[in-house]
Amino acid sequence: MPAMNMLQSLNSAMDVLLERDGDVVIFGEDVGYFGGVFGATAGLQKKYGLDRVFDAPINESAIVAMAIGMAAKGLRPVAEIQFSDYIFPGIDQIVSELSRIRYRSADQFRTPVVVRTPSGGGIRGGQTHSMSPEAFFTHVPGVQVVIPSTPYDAKGLLIAATESDDPVIFFEPKRIYNGPFDGKPDAPLKSWAKHPKGEVPEGHYTVEIGKAEIVREGQACTVVTYGTLVHVAEAAAEASGIDAEIIDLKTLAPYDIETIAASVHKTGRVVVAHEAPRTSGFGAELAAQIQEECFYALETPIFRLTGWDTPYPHAHEWAYFPGQERFIRALKTVTEA
Amino acid sequence: MAQDAAGQGAQSRFHVPAPPARPGEAPDFSAYSFQKAGEAKRPDPLIDGARTSDLAHGLVGVLDHNHQAVGEWDPRLSPEVLREGLSHMVLTRIYDDRMLKLQRQGKMSFYMKSAGEEAVSVAAAMALNKTDMVFPSYRQQGILIARGRNIVDMMCHCISNSRDNLKGRQLPVHYTWKEGGFFSVSGNLGTQFPQAVGYAMGCAYKGEDSIAASWIGDGTTAEVDFHSALVLASTYRAPVILNVVNNQWAISMFSGISRGEASNFAMRGLGYGIASIRVDANDFLAVYAATRWAAERARKGGGPTFFEMVTYRKDAHSTSDDPGKYRPKEEGAQWPLGDPIDRLKNHLIGLGEWDEDRHAALEREMTAYVTKAYKEAESHGTLHDGPLSPTETIFEDLYDKPDWRLIRQRRDLGV
Repeated sequence: MPAMNMLQSLNSAMDVLLERDGDVVIFGEDVGYFGGVFGATAGLQKKYGLDRVFDAPINESAIVAMAIGMAAKGLRPVAEIQFSDYIFPGIDQIVSELSRIRYRSADQFRTPVVVRTPSGGGIRGGQTHSMSPEAFFTHVPGVQVVIPSTPYDAKGLLIAATESDDPVIFFEPKRIYNGPFDGKPDAPLKSWAKHPKGEVPEGHYTVEIGKAEIVREGQACTVVTYGTLVHVAEAAAEASGIDAEIIDLKTLAPYDIETIAASVHKTGRVVVAHEAPRTSGFGAELAAQIQEECFYALETPIFRLTGWDTPYPHAHEWAYFPGQERFIRALKTVTEA
Repeated sequence: MAQDAAGQGAQSRFHVPAPPARPGEAPDFSAYSFQKAGEAKRPDPLIDGARTSDLAHGLVGVLDHNHQAVGEWDPRLSPEVLREGLSHMVLTRIYDDRMLKLQRQGKMSFYMKSAGEEAVSVAAAMALNKTDMVFPSYRQQGILIARGRNIVDMMCHCISNSRDNLKGRQLPVHYTWKEGGFFSVSGNLGTQFPQAVGYAMGCAYKGEDSIAASWIGDGTTAEVDFHSALVLASTYRAPVILNVVNNQWAISMFSGISRGEASNFAMRGLGYGIASIRVDANDFLAVYAATRWAAERARKGGGPTFFEMVTYRKDAHSTSDDPGKYRPKEEGAQWPLGDPIDRLKNHLIGLGEWDEDRHAALEREMTAYVTKAYKEAESHGTLHDGPLSPTETIFEDLYDKPDWRLIRQRRDLGV
């Protein structure tokens, strides 16, 4: 199997989708000739033509609306929002339309749209290129929310998302497009080539939406996280010697409560972690659900490790990002209590 | 500093536009100037969109003040087709009146009439192919009637009973009828406008002959979706017809609140390079002819057409407002473009193809039809007394498979 980084595996997913299904179309700002600002769609217009991979006007609301109309006609649009920070002009079309057309039409119309969008910080993007807005969309009935953390999962999940009739908001943690990140900003960049899930099959496969994965088994505590922080959690467990069990959610809506609850019943100690701000972040949902399911198994309060309730800073990016040091402190807090 | 005599002491002033007349004042349409019926030229449907300036500033009209069809836009319809159009419009109005009364009697939560605007929907629906998808607002019930939807089904939706094809999920008049090419009506204003463009692009992508059409109101032109739709339609030369139904009022706000300093809405399309035409939308023949022109343009690859359908909302916005509180009562009666049903009826009478007795008979027939249909609809339940769709249906149609959240929540509700 070839080694791929996450951009290459996403590109491979779209290549497979375009090849297999003539109804798949891909569009967004700069995604056509240029191949996207991160290069996720590089070469696809050349291979499949202007009709199937094309540029869209700089209007995220229009991009989502166009995708909805096309999907209602029977196409399978994969739309890119260039940065998840830019998704808000499209939010009415996602929240009031995309998520509800199947429901409000009593299943007469389905709109199987995938919205791909790079999210998260750690790239010196400042407040407008670093957001993790996933929690907003987990609050919307009728859309699924997916965030992969490896090249293998990114490809399999994107294919599954596009082939399903459910609308999916697909967040791509852009800090780990080119390699896993251990949460130490000064450490040299690692390559996906050395990661087991940097091995990606060329052809078609899917990864199940709604299914989490235990990426590190452990006894001391449970870490529930997703995206970039999966790798920070792994590095923190190794560095601290704390035997954490780490769960990569991969899908936030619907999240895999069974896998979480089984682990918490085993460890009794929990860290929920995300880059997004703390208040009403997805960690709040996780903490609430975990205490409902596992209250009598809990040995310590659930620890929320998150970004701060501030916009994402530019110069002080690493004071905001829940890096390895903060992660280790979190693990110690729940295991030493 | 350049300053003319009148500009002595000139300065910027905070400005909020206001309509010429409010309740208690005489209606004032002096600001309106309409090109006479028959005067507008009918260009080849494949004309360069940017060259439609005359049509955007003018007014496409066919029926003149004597109710005769004049000019290049006359679609030359047979008396049978004209009578069919009249019949659909009469049914739409009687249906609306009946539903309003039923709402007042507590039979449904809400209603919205289309009185005075029947030609907008009925003539367009008759000019389009049945395979063309429409993305309507909440005031295009005339399309359903013209496309032959069973009015019992329409009523069952409005009273949210066990036969409501939307399982009680939508407010009355927010219809969906896929079989009849009628997209799901939103309620968030304007969202359907760019969706229609995407759908039309899908038709072109699949190499089909069908097109899409959409309708929004004058107030909704201020929404971002208006701009989105026109940008998309222009960029991708989509086979779509985008209609702004300028019925002069957005609930209590006159059209100047969204139109601003512009003299009309049609000219907004010109800036996008889209063929843009203002139409006398109380003239059944003009709406029909214009829609046919745009449909031919779209099908032949000429791209989108943008219409301002000029009409007047004769009644309230919905059952939740009283127009007597924000506009002169006599305004509707003095509207310079008249009433669409009266005008088509008088045209047919002028042709010797209709008369007052036949019209009265048609109204009686339609009234009886609507009354009978409501009895049947009510036999399937009402919102107030049931039966409704089974309660568990609130958890259906969200995803391919219900996930654990919905399964547990349904269990919590005990259904």
